[in-house]
Amino acid sequence: MSDIGHTLATIVGENYVSDKKEEAYFYARDPGLMPDHKPDYVVLPKTAGEIQKIVKLANKEKIAIVPMGAGLGLTGLVIPLKGGIVIDMKRMNKIIEVNETARYAIVEGGASQGFLKAYLEKNYPRLRHSLPDAPPAATIAANVMIHGQGRLAQQYGFNSDMVSGLEVVLPSGEIGHIGSSSMSSDWFSKGAPLPDLSGLFLGWFGATGIITKLALRLYPKKKMRDVDIFITDNENLVPDMVFEITHTEMAEDVLIFTQPLPMMFKDNHHVSYYITGDTDEEIEFKRKMIWKALERFIKSKDGGFMSVPPLMKPTLLEMPQRSAARLADVKKGGGFEYSGPIIMVEKYPECSRKLVELSDKYDLAYSGMVRIIGRGHSMMFGFAFTFNRADPDMMERTRKALKEVSDYVLEIGGVFWKPTVNEQRMALERMDPNTRNLMKMIKNNLDPNGIMNPGNWEVN
Amino acid sequence: MYELKFNNNLCKTCPTVDCLVKCQYIDLDKDRAKEEILKISEGKDSFVLHDCVTCYGCEEYCKRGNHPFYLITEMRQKKGILTAPRAITKQWINIGEPQGKFKTGDIKKKVLSFGFMPEFLQLVQGRLFDDVMPSYIYGQEFFCNVVYIHFANTAIIKERLPVVLDNFRKLDVEEVVCMHDECYGAFASLAPAYGMEVPFRPIHYFEYLYNRLKELSNEIRPLNIKVAYQRPCSSRLSSDKHHFVADIMQLIGAELVDRKYQNENALCCGDMFGMLSGYDLRHDVQTRNIDDMVDSDAEYCFFNCPACQNTLSEKVAKKGIKPVHIIDLCRMAIGEKPEVEV
Repeated sequence: MSDIGHTLATIVGENYVSDKKEEAYFYARDPGLMPDHKPDYVVLPKTAGEIQKIVKLANKEKIAIVPMGAGLGLTGLVIPLKGGIVIDMKRMNKIIEVNETARYAIVEGGASQGFLKAYLEKNYPRLRHSLPDAPPAATIAANVMIHGQGRLAQQYGFNSDMVSGLEVVLPSGEIGHIGSSSMSSDWFSKGAPLPDLSGLFLGWFGATGIITKLALRLYPKKKMRDVDIFITDNENLVPDMVFEITHTEMAEDVLIFTQPLPMMFKDNHHVSYYITGDTDEEIEFKRKMIWKALERFIKSKDGGFMSVPPLMKPTLLEMPQRSAARLADVKKGGGFEYSGPIIMVEKYPECSRKLVELSDKYDLAYSGMVRIIGRGHSMMFGFAFTFNRADPDMMERTRKALKEVSDYVLEIGGVFWKPTVNEQRMALERMDPNTRNLMKMIKNNLDPNGIMNPGNWEVN
Repeated sequence: MYELKFNNNLCKTCPTVDCLVKCQYIDLDKDRAKEEILKISEGKDSFVLHDCVTCYGCEEYCKRGNHPFYLITEMRQKKGILTAPRAITKQWINIGEPQGKFKTGDIKKKVLSFGFMPEFLQLVQGRLFDDVMPSYIYGQEFFCNVVYIHFANTAIIKERLPVVLDNFRKLDVEEVVCMHDECYGAFASLAPAYGMEVPFRPIHYFEYLYNRLKELSNEIRPLNIKVAYQRPCSSRLSSDKHHFVADIMQLIGAELVDRKYQNENALCCGDMFGMLSGYDLRHDVQTRNIDDMVDSDAEYCFFNCPACQNTLSEKVAKKGIKPVHIIDLCRMAIGEKPEVEV
């Protein structure tokens, strides 16, 4: 091992640093379609102090560092494009505190979604967090870093909106506290009433700092949960339907899906919403409000409530949902990738038509997966394609389809979510030059050596 | 092209017009009822064509065998009067489309038809079916398609049912025990009404169960429970077999509670009402129905149709009434334990 390797070993311990080929192979890629690139080292620190030392070493040696959660993002955000050190956060997985009355949890930067869910279910059964439909190993910090969305997105917005404090190792190696935790032991706010500095880090994919601790807002967990599905064959009406559902303020999560298989889903758009309650009466009241709100579509025969068979309900109610994993194997070979731009709900009709057009053009199996964010303030429209990993031609067709999605999204006013490096470039090119300059000032001031996850948000 | 055999004169001379007078969802006196059914039979518009909730009840109320509900369905289709939202209709048509994924057991001259209801793959177990199983068929290729009368779509029935009958013909079976009323109704009522030849003898599974229980009578231990029956819409297509419900309950020692909504007055499970018209009708019918079960002190609610069971099981259970399929009830009476705990 090189001098850098030995130094890293003195920081994290010999068992937690590697430059071996077999480790590099795995850390060179994610499950998506992006090309691989090997790191020089992989380290698994245990404390923020160790991360500080690693960052200082990287600055001194001008070597790249890439912070990594579970590496499940699919768009290559933790592929070490310029080699260097991958900092795997898995060992920093503690839940430090749960404040039940103020409804927040403070967790370490490598704590997973599944761990927090299980911890709350066991110790705080009346609390929950906005669980994304990612595998349970996905980390909370990485999810807020990419502005992920979860089961409470319709009610409370992006998961990053639910952050109520950050501890960050800055590119200089110093530690910064963001929000109320900068002047108090209480982590109830990431900004207000102070200047909100969380935007210097959230959405930057680790290019401006490494989250070592964060506070996340928790929300009431009701005893019961149910799901209904309203379907229509007219995509033009979906935005109106979402408007009516969100207007009632009765729904928890609102998802939309459209896909040709299995046959029962063919030809229709499925607006599914979840309702929660502590009693049957509460559930029924919410259901009635929503059914009534959609009644005009039933009367005009434009939409109706499908009968949800009991066998289907557990699948729909499970958190996280595993439907994406099932979709990944439609073509056999386990390949799945999607582009999920954040876009206005009123763009649903054209997005769904584009999805079908691309599926036909490139002969791919598809699914449109939508999550409403806020009360219809925006949506994540997932253009999802499934492919066989053993079929290079199908993989290439998928890449081409996704590239077309990227162009199309910008054309119709959308913004990339967890963009690939290429999409980041496209976004920067399209961005207001003054905004781009502001990002440049931030990046250059915080990370003058350009060591933090280089290749991402390359404003220079 | 298959045409419904309907006799106007039977309606003109009908002394009761029970088809519409007895309807639980439309309020009509005899004179107005006759006026409306004649309008329909003459191809004219009638509010009935717009307001009928597709409970199938009139097929039973008509004692002259004139198929008023099939007529209503035909006329709705001809006039393009949709009963359900388009998306719901499309979904159901897609579900029933043959895909070559059917299952057959060891086919003999007598076969059980599960239609396209996967629940029967679990329900049909034990000694009650020893003499037939594993002779069964399941899948869209053997799906009767009668459900589309809910959606005023006889065209799809006329297109698919002859193919289904051909599929049975290829199996060279002589007797088909239909595990669902719609399946039996398709072969005993609807196909003949449209002049389609049925190449086997359809047997209602109630009749089959009754005969098997008689054969196993020495093993029956009376259940001594009070039961309410959730009668499905589709049983109106084979009302001559309805008496087997009481006959079977008597055999297994279960007391059919006396309730307001029973026999001809039975209420639907409401699932279709929700799809067709929304919250109010579904909620009203389900509430009245379940309250009636509670008021009549039923301990169990037994189902004939798995779709009704799916719709109402949780709701009756929350009222302290145990949901169970009639097959499981019969199995309990001969000392067997159903797969699903009751």
